[in-house]
Amino acid sequence: MADVIALTYEISPDDFTRAGEASSDVKSKLKQVGVSPAAIRKVAIAMYEGEINMVIHAEGGKITVEISPTEIKMILADKGPGIPDIEQAMQAGWSTAPDEVRSLGFGAGMGLPNMKKYTDEMNIETTLGVGTTITMVVKI
Amino acid sequence: MTVRDAMNVLGARVLVGEENLDREVRSACGSDMMSDVLAFSKDHSILLTGLCNPQVIRTAEMLDIVCIIFVRGKKPDNTILEMAKERDLVVLETGHRMFSSCGMLYAAGLHGGAI
Repeated sequence: MADVIALTYEISPDDFTRAGEASSDVKSKLKQVGVSPAAIRKVAIAMYEGEINMVIHAEGGKITVEISPTEIKMILADKGPGIPDIEQAMQAGWSTAPDEVRSLGFGAGMGLPNMKKYTDEMNIETTLGVGTTITMVVKI
Repeated sequence: MTVRDAMNVLGARVLVGEENLDREVRSACGSDMMSDVLAFSKDHSILLTGLCNPQVIRTAEMLDIVCIIFVRGKKPDNTILEMAKERDLVVLETGHRMFSSCGMLYAAGLHGGAI
């Protein structure tokens, strides 16, 4: 059985300037283990969008990244408000982010669509008032 | 074209990455919305933006963007410039507005890439 490398990150809420540090770290680790630049780019974009979402909408959370010889799996778990209507949230341009977030360059309603676009598999489990767990896989 | 060519077209000033001005760029993307940049940008790109916060650098990092051009005279602070240095990015600054900057680069042969 081949080795799986697992990385875990606690995403702190209310610190927008640090959002993206975990994705940045994963990107450099994937480079170190020799994953192709194309796959790294997909993982980096999808995870970064997810990380930003956690800071904007869910008061932080936890991200686990599992790197195996065939795929990279990202599990983003938060205890935020949940997503009332996933289908609506997946539409490009649909956003519930406040203007304050938009002035920071996010909240264009492209986060979830981007995450889907750049990954081979994406699954959203969400319960209102309990939280959301998004699992994404990029094949390598 | 190279980053240096783009710099000359815009009469832009280098803030970070003087040593990387001869890197090749193949397309460009202009936006203040980082999510749109993440959706549409290609690699070996230039990012033109008037947004001035650390997430601009992180967005560029995730996309392997070569050069960031801050338009309409926006001045990134030292934290932003240090982050750019650590990531080996070129940062330029121009007084031209977004529309003019994009138009000048487009006219000089740099396009947005296929949609």
